[in-house]
Amino acid sequence: MKLPYLPDHDGSSFFDFVSTHHPELALRSHGMAAVPDQARAVGPVAVPSATTVLALKYQQGVVIAGDRRATEGFQIADRRIEKVFKIDDWSAMAIAGAAGPCIEMAKLFQTELEHYEKLEGVPLSCEGKANKLGQMVKANLPMVFQGLVVMPLYVGYDVKRGEGRIFKYDITGGRYEESDYHAIGSGGKDARNTMREHFKRQLSEGDAIKLALLSLYNAADDDVGTGGPDLVRGIYPTAKVVTAQGIADVSDDTLRAVCNDVMAARRSRET
Amino acid sequence: MPMPYYVSPEQMMQDKAEYAKKGIAKGRSIIAMEYVDGILLTADNPSASLHKVSEIYDNIAFAGAGKYSEFENLRKAGIRHADLKGFMYSREDVTGRSLANGYSQSLGTVFSQEMKPLEVEILVVQAGANNHANEIYRISFDGSIIDEKNFAVIGGKSEAVQTLLKENSLSQAPPLDVALKLCVTALEQTANQKLSPEGLEIAVLDRTRAGRKFRRVSIADVRLILSP
Repeated sequence: MKLPYLPDHDGSSFFDFVSTHHPELALRSHGMAAVPDQARAVGPVAVPSATTVLALKYQQGVVIAGDRRATEGFQIADRRIEKVFKIDDWSAMAIAGAAGPCIEMAKLFQTELEHYEKLEGVPLSCEGKANKLGQMVKANLPMVFQGLVVMPLYVGYDVKRGEGRIFKYDITGGRYEESDYHAIGSGGKDARNTMREHFKRQLSEGDAIKLALLSLYNAADDDVGTGGPDLVRGIYPTAKVVTAQGIADVSDDTLRAVCNDVMAARRSRET
Repeated sequence: MPMPYYVSPEQMMQDKAEYAKKGIAKGRSIIAMEYVDGILLTADNPSASLHKVSEIYDNIAFAGAGKYSEFENLRKAGIRHADLKGFMYSREDVTGRSLANGYSQSLGTVFSQEMKPLEVEILVVQAGANNHANEIYRISFDGSIIDEKNFAVIGGKSEAVQTLLKENSLSQAPPLDVALKLCVTALEQTANQKLSPEGLEIAVLDRTRAGRKFRRVSIADVRLILSP
């Protein structure tokens, strides 16, 4: 039955709905003008990017954290950008890549999950959400060739299994589950190195947050694209935890205190 | 060539309306009632999984009476309308009024242009926030739309339930437990039978909640409230 004056579509996916009926709102490149040949000769367009975001498991769930810097070539585009997004009550995603499309994907993914839950009456499973995000990354592939990479890191609490889970992706939409920790972005390797040295199973929440911020600090130390704590402006990384109680922000006070501990420990070693 | 019989437009509309009304009256009633923290939705619904009441958006809910397949279709279209608007503009730009208008246009067009009218009656309710009043819209099979105050009833013996509620109407928005008891009593009196908590579908739009205001009230909670 077709209803006049109301959107007509079959299926429970919001992403499919906008892709079909409002392609200008979807991630896909159709509707967006192709890059002109002259622009191609100049090289890739400069878009805000470069990042370190990471996730690691601990006893009660997962912590996910990210730095606050966005760069445009050799310029800093934004000092306070948020790269960790609440997606629903049980999951969060962090992003690396071109800021605009990244934020758009996060928003689209939030709507997608809420839309599905309302239409079907039940939320998607943790695995189902991770797979759906993979399909959205895949749909963005044409944009990757125009230099607009979107790379998510997804964490969720699997209510059925009673554990936190971490998923990473590649540009083709490939989805891989990580057992302990992962970091992506230009400083991802530095953060992974730190976590490899210090990670233990069954960390406490406090230790997990501390390791996350230490890893981000080390990444900022070695990578120009990653911002460290800005003491003058009072800008610190952001972090969220996903546990059986749902998703929660790590408070600004905690983040500041832990960052200060990390820096104090480093200072005592360097002097 | 056989000539089609002439049927006057008045007759055709009347027949369609009668047909739709008959279908809607077969079902059971649903009540939307303002209470102190928002809007309470009470449906006489023996099924635990086939919902008559559901969430549309942050502070908007939907209730449908009549043919399940038809109001379910309307519900889904409404969610698409709301999610699309919220995604395109902002969450605060999704309003019950715009949705109710969309439903009204849709139902009106189907009623006048299709052979078979939709056998549904629906409610679109929006819990007001920041000192805004609640909104309750009742939309009929022919697209007519009524802006109700305090409470609204659709489906089944809706007029009888309405009369009962009017007799017991309160000067102020009651607390949740009083409102729920009032609704259940009204449904029981018109249905002439005792309704168990398992046979009720209860949900609220609770403006004290953060974010999405829609919440289903569990059977255990309903039993607790209704226990004398």
